[in-house]
Parts: sequence; C-alpha cells; structure tokens
Amino acid sequence: MARISFTPNLQRHLDVTPCAVTGDTVAEVLAEVFAVNPRLRSYLLDDQGQVRRHVAIFVDAERIDDRRQLSDRVGADSEVYVVQALSGG
Amino acid sequence: MADVLYVATRKGLLTFARAGGGWRLVRTDFLGEPVSMVLADRRDGQLYAALNLGHFGPKLWRSTDAGQHWQEIAAPAFAAEAEGEGPSVTMIWSLEGGGADRPGSLWAGTLPGALFHSTDHGDSWQLNQALWQRPERAQWFGGGYDQPGIHSICVDPRDSARLRVAVSCGGIWCSDDDGVNWACRTQGMRAAYMPAELAQTPEIQDPHRMLACPAAPETLWVQHHNGIFLSRDDAAHWQELLGVEPSSFGFALAVHPREPETAWFVPAVKDECRVPVGQRLLVTRTRDGGQSFESLSRGLPQTDCFDLVYRHALEVDGSGQCLAMGSTTGHLWLSDDQGDSWQALAGNLPPIYALRFA
Repeated sequence: MARISFTPNLQRHLDVTPCAVTGDTVAEVLAEVFAVNPRLRSYLLDDQGQVRRHVAIFVDAERIDDRRQLSDRVGADSEVYVVQALSGG
Repeated sequence: MADVLYVATRKGLLTFARAGGGWRLVRTDFLGEPVSMVLADRRDGQLYAALNLGHFGPKLWRSTDAGQHWQEIAAPAFAAEAEGEGPSVTMIWSLEGGGADRPGSLWAGTLPGALFHSTDHGDSWQLNQALWQRPERAQWFGGGYDQPGIHSICVDPRDSARLRVAVSCGGIWCSDDDGVNWACRTQGMRAAYMPAELAQTPEIQDPHRMLACPAAPETLWVQHHNGIFLSRDDAAHWQELLGVEPSSFGFALAVHPREPETAWFVPAVKDECRVPVGQRLLVTRTRDGGQSFESLSRGLPQTDCFDLVYRHALEVDGSGQCLAMGSTTGHLWLSDDQGDSWQALAGNLPPIYALRFA
C-alpha cells in the first residue's frame, strides 16, 4: 500500500502523521488525507486547489509535474512525500 | 492609559505589559512565524493574529483569553473557480471590528486587494463581491507588494454600515450601505509617480495609510505615497498638506481618538531612500489640522539610524496620551506624553509589522 509522509515543519502548525493511502493519483491521495485532517488542505493547496508555490510534493523521489490538477500517478507501493520548498524560506 | 501592547513581527507575536515604571515582554506567541496583523477586539476582548506562513499560506488564529490559548479559525479565501484560474489570498493585511453594535462582525483586507467580512468572530468569511467586481479594480496595481492590497478599513462608529477602505494602489473606496455599493473618492489627491495626465485618476492613488478620528469620523487622514492629505467631509474632498518638514513621505499614521486635528506621522526621505531624513528618527505631530507640525525626537536615535516604520506600526491608545512605534530594524518605542518623549522598550526585535494596544 502506498504511504504519504510530511515535512516535520508542518508539525509546528498541525498534527500530521505518515499514513497508508489507496488513491491512484496525488489528488486522490490528498483527498484521503484531507478527509481525516481538513485543516491540512489550506497548508498544502491555495484557494484554487493548486499546490502552494512554496510546497513541493514528490512521488517515489520524483517531483510531481501537475501542480494544478494533481494528476501524477501514485503506484500501489509508492512513497509520497510533502515538503516545503526552500524558495519560501 | 493602555497597559498591554501587542507587537506583530516577522518572527512572532509579542505581548508587552506595563510592569513597575516600565514595560516588559511578557509572552511570545507563534515564535518564528511572520505575523502580518493583530487585532485586539475591544468589544469582546478577543484577540486575532494573522500569520503569513512562507510555505503554507495565510492563516488566522483567535484567542478568547488574551493569548493564553489559541485556536486556528478560517482564513479569508476566494472560492475555487473552474480550471483553477481564480485568485488566492496571499496575505491578510488588515483586520478591523465591524462596529460596536455588531459583535462578532469583522472586516479583513488582503493581498490581492479584496475585502472579506465575517459575522461570526472569524469562523467563516465572505468576499465582498461588490468591491471585487468593480471594473476600476483592473487599474489597481501593487505598491510595495506585487499585488494591490487593502490595508486600511475604517468603520464609522456612528453607523457600522459606513465603510471607508484604502487600497495600495487603488484609491479610497467608500460604502454607506454595508458594502453593497462603492464609490472611489480621491478628489484633491494627486499621484506624482504617474504620468501627469493620470495624476488625478482616483483608482491609482496610493494611500499608504488611512485613519478616521473615532470621535469625528468625517475627518480622515491619509499618509499618501507622495504627501499627507486630510479630508474634513468624509472623503468627498482631500486637501494636501504642503511644506511638511522634514518630509511628507512615510507610511505610518496615528490619529487622536477625540481630537480630529491631532495626528502623528513618521517621515522618511522618499520612496527611493526609505530611511529617516538625515538618519535621525523623529515623529511629526500636528495639533491644528496640518497647519503646523512639530518634530518630536526626544529619546529617538539621532545618528546612523536606518529605521523605517511600517503603516501599521504607529499606534495611539484610547486615551490619546500613549503612543507606540515599532520599526523595520526591530526597535520598539513608547511615549506616555503624546510623543513629546520616547522610551525604548526593545532594540533587537524582528522587523515589526503592526502594533495594537489592548
């Protein structure tokens, strides 16, 4: 089963823990996580649902291409990692 | 006089309180986080802190016990549009209570230049569509930030439906009906930074800060990008105050709560050189509606000074006696005598964005 984990810096603001996910795309995976933790959504996505400018998401160590529709594929055993981009620091 | 001062900084929200004969830092909240605005709501004692997280966006927190505990609440946000083409709030730049007769009513101004309203202490927010949809908004442009923004919101204490809003750079917008209809009122203002043919255009004026006198709200003061302007007729006409020494450039403004002719400013050289004139920091004060200004510098650095005071970082308390001033280089000063003399409360704080007395 795929897993998603988050930069520890998010812990400064809200409680996030790595978890197993079943979605086939980044959008589906994030929807699963947001269903459990609704506050997380506005930390990762802007008002229009796009990945915030200074947030980066990796799937199996590849930075996602589609920051707008979040259509990048997530495999059954993928590792999804959400980090802050250094550009925002 | 006020006993508690909230200081919104680049790296946290600081609370200073009177202790003995002076003031001391009694608490730091949101350590390390940029706090773009703070509101100490005098109607119900609730405290609001707007964060501008570099990575994770604008956030809004509320405390019902003067900062002992905080709860994250909804932040103003635009509705999602098809294909994700719509705007997103990038910073909460202003927060004001919506009138004594409307507990829980709040107004927020943001980057980009939008006005949001809450009727439930910030639990939810609604975009003011009437202002957002004004066609003149297409002429607005950024001043200091890439996007235009709303930094000043004046709610008439006599009638909470009367709103006056200042936009950098987008003029002065007035509504007498709770934000249903808006008119841009800048007659008498000029924009020296525009081609001469456009200098009087209303929706490109850059008011850096606007405040109304609480006891006489028809008197409005504006520290504009290229001068100081005063209106005594509720923004219908503006008079430029000429010959203000050492400079009429600046950002910050404070207006006496009961004396509409009394206001304070913090001059800098000019837009291209944002340091105090002669690198000597001073506050200018007028008590006669801008006919004359006093330069007040006792207790302020008079050599090698680089301090700039942002638009929300000069504050007067409800008595009109006590002023606080915070700078971009982390200095915080307080005056108990209307600015005649200043004491330094701290000299090594983060850049200071906004001040509020409790």
